[in-house]
Amino acid sequence: MSPTRLGAVVVAAVTLVSASSGALAHGFAGERFFPATILTDDPFVADEISLPQVSLQPPAPDASQLTNIEIDLSKRITPNLGFTIGDEWQRLRAPGVPSVGGLGPLRTGAQYQLFVDGPRQALGLLGLNVTWGHTGRAAVGAPDFTTLSPTFDFGKGFGDLPRSLPWLRPFAITGNLGFDFPTQATTARVPNPNNVNYGFAFEYSFPYIECCVKDIGLRPPFSQLIPLVEVSFTTPINRVPANQTFGTIQPGVIWAGPYFQIGAEAIIPANRFTGRGYGGVVQLHLYLDDLFPRSIGRPISEWW
Amino acid sequence: MHKILMALTAGAAALVAAVGAQAHAFLDHASPAVGSSVPAAPTIVTLWFTQDLEPAFSTVTVTNEAGQRVDLGNARIPPGSPTELQIGLKPLPPGTYLVSWHVVSVDTHPTEGTFTFEVGSG
Repeated sequence: MSPTRLGAVVVAAVTLVSASSGALAHGFAGERFFPATILTDDPFVADEISLPQVSLQPPAPDASQLTNIEIDLSKRITPNLGFTIGDEWQRLRAPGVPSVGGLGPLRTGAQYQLFVDGPRQALGLLGLNVTWGHTGRAAVGAPDFTTLSPTFDFGKGFGDLPRSLPWLRPFAITGNLGFDFPTQATTARVPNPNNVNYGFAFEYSFPYIECCVKDIGLRPPFSQLIPLVEVSFTTPINRVPANQTFGTIQPGVIWAGPYFQIGAEAIIPANRFTGRGYGGVVQLHLYLDDLFPRSIGRPISEWW
Repeated sequence: MHKILMALTAGAAALVAAVGAQAHAFLDHASPAVGSSVPAAPTIVTLWFTQDLEPAFSTVTVTNEAGQRVDLGNARIPPGSPTELQIGLKPLPPGTYLVSWHVVSVDTHPTEGTFTFEVGSG
């Protein structure tokens, strides 16, 4: 093989490898695009940043109410290995006392992409999230202990259903199952339970209708909308009664553009223990792999 | 809090505005249209994407209900139309046909998709 041809083959191979690793940047499985969801963990490693996410939580049972401004970064180290880091600034308002503000706890995570099955539009990811103690202001609820949270996240698009069921094919579901293991059993004699966490996002993709089911004439921005309902629950499995389940139901919509997505959801408490009334959350989420495809949007292993 | 929020949002907006990036190429529209029925057999399938395509790694095939190729194997990006992908077709009898495309945008992001169209029942 001549040096010129060898060079061309090497360039082509590098380009192909780059292209294949790009497939995992934000959530693709075959022809299915999974947006980054607001409440539940995403089943894919990514190069993305939520900047910012702003939420007004529903009033708690004691009538206190929390406002959050949050930043979360997801970054790939290799095409299948990634990490996350995030924090939030919080303001807590409670009746009869001055409001207090401050940083919440630092949150980090390590993630491994277990599988991406394109034909079945399926994704699986293992993660270990850590909420670090003594990294936030106690007055807004930041803990004085660290919590380890292993998790399994999955995604499944239903585009592999028979084409005779066209209007079911745009559906997709993502979900997570995980546990919280606090490194300290009590704080000031208040128990810190181990928890089981479970959540789902039910999505109906207008982009999938337009690309792969039927051109019904939707055009941007409507063809880029993904209505969804997210639910998430945390149930203690020891130290406190199991009926102290915390959960929310969040209907909303995500608009996914080429470089970023915008999401908005209502926050509805799933039970009286969680709170009452309503809250809301909005999120601007940037795709670093699309904004910076040749630099920081690539896995760190491909920077050199 | 409002100042923090404004600063974060302004920073994000400036970030998006400052970069002249490419992104994943999504199917914008096609002829024959996705999921459509056409009365006469088309001689060509044309796909329009949201981003410029990399010719060396972008392709499309068309198969009949038996899974046999009915395209001419001449997928191409027309000169001067970097977001467009075309392929010629053999004469098509009435039936349902599957278009399968796999493209790479010029910044190396791959995407893929499939759709059907029907001939002879429009």
